[in-house]
Amino acid sequence: MLTALLIMAGIAVVLGAALGYASIRFKVEGDPLVEKIDAILPQTQCGQCGYPGCKPYAQAVANGEADINQCPPGGEEGIRKLADLLGREFKPLSEEHGVEKPKSVAFIDEQTCIGCTLCIQACPVDAIVGAAKQMHTVVEPLCTGCELCVAPCPVDCITMEPVAETVETWKWKYPVVEIRKAS
Amino acid sequence: MSVRLFSFHGGVKTDGHKHESCGTPIRSAPLPGRLVVPLRQSARAASECLVVAGQKVFKGERIGAPVGVLGTAVHAPTSGTVVAIGDHLMPHPSGLSTLAVEIEPDGEERWIEHAPFDWQQSSRAEALAHLRDCGLVGLGGATFPSHVKLGTGSGIHTLILNGAECEPWITCDDRLMRERAADILVGARILRHLIGAERLLIGIEDNKPEAIAAMRSACAALPGAEVVVIPAVYPAGGEKQLIRTLTGIEIPYGRLGGEFGVQCFNVGTAHAVYRAMEHGEPLISRIVTLTGNVDQPGNFEVLIGTPVEDLLALAGPRRADTDRIIMGGPMMGFALPDLHVPVVKASNCLISASQKLFPSAPPEQACIRCGSCARACPAELQPFEMYWHARAKNFGKAQEYHLFDCIECGCCSYVCPSHIPLVDYFRFAKSEIWARERDKNAADQARERFEFRNWRQEREKEEKAAKLAAKAAETRAKLAEGGEASDSPAAAAAEDPKKALVAAALARAKAQKAAVAPKNTEGLSSEKQAEIDEIERRRRELGLDAPPSAADDAPQKTEARDA
Amino acid sequence: MIHSPYIRKQASVRQVMFTVLLALLPGIAAYVWQVGAGILVNLAIATLTALAAEALVLRLRKRPIGTSLGDLSAVVTAWLVALCFPTIVPWWVTVIAVLVAIIAVKHLYGGLGQNPFNPAMVAYCTMIIAYPALMSQWPPAGELDFATQLDLILGGARDLDAITGATALDALRTGLRVGEADVATLLKQDSFGAVGGRGWEWVGLGYLLGGLFLLARRVITWHMPVAFIAALAATAAVFWVASPGQFASPLFHLASGGAMLAAFFIVTDPVSGATTPRGKLIFAAGVGVLAYLIRNFGAYPEGIAFAVLLMNMCVPLIDMKTQPRVFGHRGDKP
Repeated sequence: MLTALLIMAGIAVVLGAALGYASIRFKVEGDPLVEKIDAILPQTQCGQCGYPGCKPYAQAVANGEADINQCPPGGEEGIRKLADLLGREFKPLSEEHGVEKPKSVAFIDEQTCIGCTLCIQACPVDAIVGAAKQMHTVVEPLCTGCELCVAPCPVDCITMEPVAETVETWKWKYPVVEIRKAS
Repeated sequence: MSVRLFSFHGGVKTDGHKHESCGTPIRSAPLPGRLVVPLRQSARAASECLVVAGQKVFKGERIGAPVGVLGTAVHAPTSGTVVAIGDHLMPHPSGLSTLAVEIEPDGEERWIEHAPFDWQQSSRAEALAHLRDCGLVGLGGATFPSHVKLGTGSGIHTLILNGAECEPWITCDDRLMRERAADILVGARILRHLIGAERLLIGIEDNKPEAIAAMRSACAALPGAEVVVIPAVYPAGGEKQLIRTLTGIEIPYGRLGGEFGVQCFNVGTAHAVYRAMEHGEPLISRIVTLTGNVDQPGNFEVLIGTPVEDLLALAGPRRADTDRIIMGGPMMGFALPDLHVPVVKASNCLISASQKLFPSAPPEQACIRCGSCARACPAELQPFEMYWHARAKNFGKAQEYHLFDCIECGCCSYVCPSHIPLVDYFRFAKSEIWARERDKNAADQARERFEFRNWRQEREKEEKAAKLAAKAAETRAKLAEGGEASDSPAAAAAEDPKKALVAAALARAKAQKAAVAPKNTEGLSSEKQAEIDEIERRRRELGLDAPPSAADDAPQKTEARDA
Repeated sequence: MIHSPYIRKQASVRQVMFTVLLALLPGIAAYVWQVGAGILVNLAIATLTALAAEALVLRLRKRPIGTSLGDLSAVVTAWLVALCFPTIVPWWVTVIAVLVAIIAVKHLYGGLGQNPFNPAMVAYCTMIIAYPALMSQWPPAGELDFATQLDLILGGARDLDAITGATALDALRTGLRVGEADVATLLKQDSFGAVGGRGWEWVGLGYLLGGLFLLARRVITWHMPVAFIAALAATAAVFWVASPGQFASPLFHLASGGAMLAAFFIVTDPVSGATTPRGKLIFAAGVGVLAYLIRNFGAYPEGIAFAVLLMNMCVPLIDMKTQPRVFGHRGDKP
């Protein structure tokens, strides 16, 4: 009886020591969870989630302060990926944070623009070029479609235009599964 | 000299259906009423428009300049007037439009000045540049720019001419080899010269005896050249499969033959090289097979940009049961979204399809893992495993099964007893993965730019603070010089640069106020004086005249502005 | 279909399954000739049950009944169940077995193509565990006429030891366990033929013939039958050479029990078996070795069914570890 107890205790000590050593030896630097969440987020930096950018939202999700369904640009797929990563239940996009829209880019009506630079200051990714009293324009490939430039414009010359499909971005569609069709 | 043949895994034996169209000589298609030349000849090859609407162009004049590494030049197929430059449907499975130049031919076929290129005396770089300017691309179907292909690799020992033409129904290369074997051989000699290869192997499937005979007699006099007859198994004419069959070398996904000492060109490409070098003519026409459900199938020399509709009329009136037009072969081609699309450099064949010739596939059934697809796959993949993952949109897994090594030849779909459109799943998975890659790159870029902006704003703030501090220090020094007492507001705020600055500003304002005396006060009328007095009185009543004290009012204002 | 390829080979699941049924005919013919026509009744019962069960489940799952029923896969399962079971097994055993195969093993896992286990073999194992006595009463070849067989199948009294016996494997095994004689003496008994069970040898030959037909029609590849037969024979040979008095010859093992049926019709089931060429060899060889071990050292006389299920469990691992190299990746690790 005593021997058995001693053996068990001995094993417990050895394993505990091994685990303790492993946790020090193989310690992971930084907080990879935030990075992983951030990698899933679309980096639109639109703030619709209620945080000033994707990284802060990622931080908040990692800390359990924010829910996973607050990112409209990431859409359903994004929520699914977050749910997968965090081992949580999928939930539909929260309505108070917005709705999923097709990918768009900002377009500045150059006739109307007065060159106030307000949109330039609002753009989170510096995708608008121009100077005071000079016409502004959006660098299309850099625009994330966050819409943050739309509100500040005093003359309402910024519109969001959906990105059209080109031959280069065209995708083959999912083949129609006909197994269920006949029923 | 005989060549040891290597076989490739899998493949399928199909009904060739070559006899329908291979019997008659190549005919020249008449000049159509309007030519539509897409500036983007394939999904990845873009070019920049060089002409404007209303401009007269000569035959062979450049109308599009290559953009990017894979861009290729585009030329006017005939002389005439540019009537429009605008979006036009492209012959592509997407059914999307691309920028195209519409030319109304003047019927005179006036060539732009052109001259043969002295390829023997010129440098390789010059020759490749000439080919690029002639818009030379592979005519086998993939339209890979020839100069890019020729520019890769070194120490190439073997040039392979691809005359296999393994897809059923297509006979354009067959006819070309029968009729223009000598020209093809000249092109091959030029290609061989450019890559410095010694050996020239011409691979032709055994179902084209006339072409084999013609090419054999043409290359009898050319040392190091040999026609190799290969078994007719689809896809023996796939570049990788042909290279493997003739040399045993396997070219992995994403690599070019040049890196392995061997290069492969279609016989049509060799012919186009001959035209470009010996005649200085850019690539403005190609041979197109018209076949299928038509009265007079055959091969036609067609100007690039000829609308498919006009071309089809040459094979006879449209039959009632024709339900689609397929561009390319039945294994890898695609149904045209519209008959107004033009012939492009990749268009080797137009098949008029009917339910009788090409019945719709029965509904997809469950995969029974019978492995027929794996036995048929020339890339030695396990299609049913990839299908499983592609269907579940588990793209990472699909990639682990080497999804990108799939050449989309269609053998798996062809043999599948469950009628599963396997290739469609693979195309879908591939384009999804590419799209995700694009999105990911865009997201990474956005993240980087966002972080840079935050950093920049932080830096600006810091710079501002530093400036402020410097200014405050300066002011403090000035005030100290002025010998003010230590109980002055400036001294009290000495620890706080902001406060010091505010104090300095206030001091300045005071001085200014003192300096500025009301103007035009002399010689006022009594009326005016009374009015001024009245205003002054009102101001006093409101307490506005009292000078603001440094202690209470101003710092709050400053902070509010900074916040 | 909207996209290429626009041409297709004349092939369908129905055709594949039909070929398998066709290939079973020589074996069935030999069965009827040597053992009696009772098997035809079993086949009919199994087939009807399978079709009814399949139709019912398809209806419940809201799948098209016509095409799925028409692919004949349920019939193949039914025939294999009937052929594995004793000729005189009561009808309700067959019915339960087929219901297990079709509903529990096939459809609960997602239907055709999704089942990880061989339906016929699960049915066999379930029944031999549930009704060990009924499942080991085999009529000696040629000793029961059709009427008696029919009567037994329809639930007639079966207390007659005289008309029911055991298979060759069972007889040999019992004999050896009792320790009354060695293999050579035992094989001289009346119930043994030239190489295996009397009469059953011919049935095995019939399956072999059908299997060659399947090979010729390229419905199956050579890997599985060859690996299974080779592994079974090799394992048997090792023991036989070591102690011929205690262990039967490889030939006896190949000619007895369901060896031939298994080699060409059971291990070759594509759905639940391995799919890569090397995987097929490993899978079938595993079945062969395990079958021999269970036959000789297990609790049941015929070990193929258990061996198949055990190897079915290993299929994902086998497939994963035996992925063939891909074109252009000669140097890569497999």
